[in-house]
Amino acid sequence: MSAIPDPAHALTASGNLRRRQAISRGFVAATVAAAGLAVAVLIMLVYYAAKQGIGQLSGHFLTATLTPADGVGGGIGPALAGTAEMVLIATMLALPVGVLTALYLAEFASPRVGKVIQTGLEQMAGLPTIIVGMFIYGLVTVHFGQSAIAGALALSIVEVPLISRASLESIRRVPGSLSEAADALGVSRWRTVVGVILPTASNGIVTATILAVARAAGETAPLLLNSNPSGLGYQFNPTQAVPNIPVEILQLLNLGYTSTVAKAWGAAFLLIVVILAINIGARVWLRRSERKRGL
Amino acid sequence: MERGFSTLPDRVSTLAPPRPSAAGDKRAVLNRLNATDRRANRALKLLALAGGALVFLVLIAIVYQVIDGASLAFSKYGLAFIGHKTWNPPANEYGALPLIYGTLVTGVGSLILSTILGVSIGLFLALMAPRRVAAVIGPLVEMLAAIPSVVLGLIGIYLLLPFIRSDIEPGLHSVLGFTQLFGPAQPVGNSPFAAILVLTIMVVPIIAALTRDLFLTVPRELRDGAEALGCTRWEMIRGVVIPTTQSGITAACVLGFGRAIGEAIAVALVVGGVGSIHADLFLSGYTAASAIANEAPSTISSLETSSLFYLAAILLAMGITTNMTAQRISNRAGRVR
Repeated sequence: MSAIPDPAHALTASGNLRRRQAISRGFVAATVAAAGLAVAVLIMLVYYAAKQGIGQLSGHFLTATLTPADGVGGGIGPALAGTAEMVLIATMLALPVGVLTALYLAEFASPRVGKVIQTGLEQMAGLPTIIVGMFIYGLVTVHFGQSAIAGALALSIVEVPLISRASLESIRRVPGSLSEAADALGVSRWRTVVGVILPTASNGIVTATILAVARAAGETAPLLLNSNPSGLGYQFNPTQAVPNIPVEILQLLNLGYTSTVAKAWGAAFLLIVVILAINIGARVWLRRSERKRGL
Repeated sequence: MERGFSTLPDRVSTLAPPRPSAAGDKRAVLNRLNATDRRANRALKLLALAGGALVFLVLIAIVYQVIDGASLAFSKYGLAFIGHKTWNPPANEYGALPLIYGTLVTGVGSLILSTILGVSIGLFLALMAPRRVAAVIGPLVEMLAAIPSVVLGLIGIYLLLPFIRSDIEPGLHSVLGFTQLFGPAQPVGNSPFAAILVLTIMVVPIIAALTRDLFLTVPRELRDGAEALGCTRWEMIRGVVIPTTQSGITAACVLGFGRAIGEAIAVALVVGGVGSIHADLFLSGYTAASAIANEAPSTISSLETSSLFYLAAILLAMGITTNMTAQRISNRAGRVR
């Protein structure tokens, strides 16, 4: 039989409890350290890219034609234009497919079919992008040669699951009362979808599309085989291979001169800044607009 | 999800056929509108179905195309390709084993690191951090996932490799050298180890975001109950949070693994590019995805192209298997909960 604990010491941990609390504190500290490490890595990456690349940015760099093989002069103008062109085409293809798929899953699909298509979407989202590149290479590029269209097709396969999953989420978050009200007024299904559900979900769909654009702009693997030109000038013809930022970074790196590596950093820094800005902007905008509507 | 109400006006109008009167004119107009509506309903449904079907068709086409591209290599090597130990394009000799080995080594290595880090960050964001802090740090961690792989590769070459070469390699070799995993430091840092670190940066945000959402679903009463019984934070997490979310955590990690084995560009820039099977993580290695990225743009023979497609088929099979596994695990978890 142990004595009644001394009330003076009852509230201070001792022995076993002290050990348990020490373990717990150590663990909490470890999770804080992990989160701190991730943020530190992000800051370090952006800082290092800025340090290496910011000196390159100039009007000439952003507009001049690509650097020739001797590594002298040049900029990334055509690559910027090419990336913009391919991402635009890819998004024009991926947006309707992605939204329609989400609409089908949310409004029309029977549970069984819905599950099959959802599984397909997950698989598509998990596809290694290099395999998407190989696919379009075998399907299009082998027969018609490299082109902006082939590159855009590959990028659109990367974009579709992103757009579709996020659109599905925002369509499902449209309050049931809205479409029920439309039904009660005798509004037909398609009018409800076009007039009520899509407009209400549009913020989410737009955000998803913007994020998909940011993702596509930085993808290298799908373009490596499908739009990897050797020309240095501006190229807008979509049936020709067009230069683009990610592949140009690789090419500059492969040239291997100090000056071309510096240009690769310039392009990389630009890419990071644009992608992070798009990401942050889209999230902030979505949060603000949803708060405004009380969703 | 069927909304029966939308067909109501149709039924009303068919019950009362149009009569030749002023009211009848109106009804005829209504009927015509209803017919348009019906057609539009059907068109919309078909259009949406077409979207969903297209996703599926593309997937099937991908599988078909990749297998079709591999046919030449398959007819030459057959299944022995998978077990053949030499990948030597200049000699026109192709075997997938070293690349599959490298893929698994880098995948598992980054899986171990990013599970530890990712789940910790998920726990921190969901359960430890004050809401304001989590609202800032959560998106920052997700930003890591938005950094393009080519930029990560670039950073790997110029920031990570020198650091690995001068600090990490000698340190790990002297402490853990006996495991055979960490050999003597190499003059160049390009290695599966560098690839593991780069992949970890890519996978951590995925696992962190998925597990954070998972931990937020643990009912508050369970957590409070554990703490009311006198559990410390850590005991509450180990006894309540982890067990209730176990399968979801596994699914998140498997998804992360799938991402890691499929990454091509960032790995190609830092992994070294020599396909051989060895335990030493500091010796140059190679992976299936990075071999495709390195060699596909400049193949020297149709056999090489076809062998790369064969590699892609293997990689695709690995990817689909991992994704399916992740889905099955999380589905099962959903049913239990």
